[in-house]
Amino acid sequence: MSMFITLLPEIIIFLGGCFLLILGLFIKKIKIINNASIILIIAVLILILFQPIQSILENSFIVDEFSQVFKIMILLGSLSCLIMFNSSNEDLHINIYEFPILILFASIGMMIMVSSNDLLSMFVGLELQSLSLYVLASLNRNSLLSSEAGIKYFILGALSSGLLLFGISYIYGFTGNTNFNLIAVNYNSQSLGLLIGIVFVCAGLAFKVSAVPFHMWTPDVYQGAPTPVTGFFALAPKIAAMGLLVRFLFNSFGEIYFDWQQIIIFISIASMVFAAFAAIAQSNIKRLMAYSSIGHVGYALIGVACVSTEGLRSLVIYLLIYLVMNIAVFSFILSMKRKDEYFENISDLSGLYKNHPFASVMITLTMFSLAGIPPLAGFFGKFYIFMAAIESNMFILSIIGVLASVVGAFYYLRIVKIIYFDEPQEKFDGFSIKSLNFLFYPSSVLITVFCFYPSPVINIADFTIRSLL
Amino acid sequence: MTASLLSFYIFSAVILLSSLMVISSRNPVHSVLFLILAFFNAAGLFVILHAEFLAMILIIVYVGAVAVLFLFVVMMLDFRTGLEKSNILQYMPIGLFVGMVFISELIIVLINTKLDLKNIQILTNPLSNFGNLTNTEAIGSILYTDYILYFQVSGIILLVAMIGSIVLTLRDREGVKRQSILKQLERSSQIELKEVKSREGVDI
Repeated sequence: MSMFITLLPEIIIFLGGCFLLILGLFIKKIKIINNASIILIIAVLILILFQPIQSILENSFIVDEFSQVFKIMILLGSLSCLIMFNSSNEDLHINIYEFPILILFASIGMMIMVSSNDLLSMFVGLELQSLSLYVLASLNRNSLLSSEAGIKYFILGALSSGLLLFGISYIYGFTGNTNFNLIAVNYNSQSLGLLIGIVFVCAGLAFKVSAVPFHMWTPDVYQGAPTPVTGFFALAPKIAAMGLLVRFLFNSFGEIYFDWQQIIIFISIASMVFAAFAAIAQSNIKRLMAYSSIGHVGYALIGVACVSTEGLRSLVIYLLIYLVMNIAVFSFILSMKRKDEYFENISDLSGLYKNHPFASVMITLTMFSLAGIPPLAGFFGKFYIFMAAIESNMFILSIIGVLASVVGAFYYLRIVKIIYFDEPQEKFDGFSIKSLNFLFYPSSVLITVFCFYPSPVINIADFTIRSLL
Repeated sequence: MTASLLSFYIFSAVILLSSLMVISSRNPVHSVLFLILAFFNAAGLFVILHAEFLAMILIIVYVGAVAVLFLFVVMMLDFRTGLEKSNILQYMPIGLFVGMVFISELIIVLINTKLDLKNIQILTNPLSNFGNLTNTEAIGSILYTDYILYFQVSGIILLVAMIGSIVLTLRDREGVKRQSILKQLERSSQIELKEVKSREGVDI
């Protein structure tokens, strides 16, 4: 019975998804299925808040403060993706009612990922998530780019799963356990095989969070996938994989952190620096956001590399702010349309200020926040991260981080420059779509007012990491 | 003991020979058939180890599904040209090299490992009352208790795979004529028999 209660959110989403799958055969209206999925997710969001904290199956599936907050972030990501889809499915010519159902199944996978305390549940959750995402990426069958995105994502994702499994087999072979807590008891810090296992699992997970040097799929997939799916990619799977990485590293190898710390430091620096320079030359805004998300993952990984309470707290703050910023940006990107044609180039934004002054101000604030300019939320995210790094005596890492964010500011500010100072074009229709505005304005306002009232976010972060340390 | 030893040698010898034939036979259909033979003998090896369940699964999954799929693919593709002798000679050195690397790695591992047989017993025999159960019961009793979550999630993964393949391949094509039984039955009041003259036809 306790097992049933612990798994209730996942079970509800699964049964709801199956029901909608059958319902979709008879009701051919995507809107109804989509709205039903939105209601389902909201119901589960409320349910998660009231879940008792416990672990089942000999500690291999845990519901604690950490998993609760991460699940809520993931479901918020899925929710905003479904709301975006609601406004755009007709114009994108995706008449596939399975879209919300695949999002639901991917959410189940991600929820299992952040709850898992066992290599097996970690792997099955990860596979469920990625398999749904492969399909979502190539959902737009009329577009060549979308098919390319799907194939690329599938092949590289399969490769990363292979790396992950290889690492898991080493860890299992050298400790005789798959449970994170038992691995922590049974490891032998001298063993080289275990280190190989950690390296490979980290590589597999770095693929999923798209950190350099395992990032090469990201720009193509982000560009090719339908925009609501791109938003979903940027929001939910990254947060889930980050939560999984934290739990894997801290629960099973928390004591021998010096073994994996340098790996995390390396991929963090590489992601920040690479993303800052590679994004400069981009002309497609979805591609730009792909590089931007690589960079943000780099900053978030600093929080992991600190191996301290402050580090983890700053990581959670950063992810929360990242979530809100990306909801704002992707609902903005979806608003860039005339009739039923979507525009994705940065140059299409030129002179936006003349036609849509209010939206321009809000997106400018969001871009400033992404660049990390005070007093917006993004600045505080980076601020906490760098504070934690300095407290852990990682000065070089934080200096490189600050320098990379200065370079990164260039491409965000370029968008602002194009919006305000370039020749105006025709009006966009999308800025009057209610559901997109419902996402865009609240999230961009949240970013702006964060500095006046930061304590809830910090409290949530404190609450989240209580169970980890 | 000797009977099982004898059957072990027979099964493994057949596996080795048939897998050699898989890569050396000229006709791809023969290759697949030899592959199926190898699978059957591997199942035999599992039976010797008292792992009947795995043996049956091997036959059902690999022979029943995978190998038959291979056979279909091979039959649909046009493989008129077999491997030529010169090709084999061309790839021989690198193949031998890779083979030697694998063999030497295996030897190094075998020399360096001290097998702790007691521990292996614990690892491979986690159920305490294993002796009283049949194979299938033993696997079922942990698959549906300790591993229920993984088992069910694997099921969901397969469901997603099915949904995905249908979503990505099924197209509603315009202008395809389908038989609609309902429509045909609705016509019943208008049905009449007519004598149709050859090469002239009638109006419907």
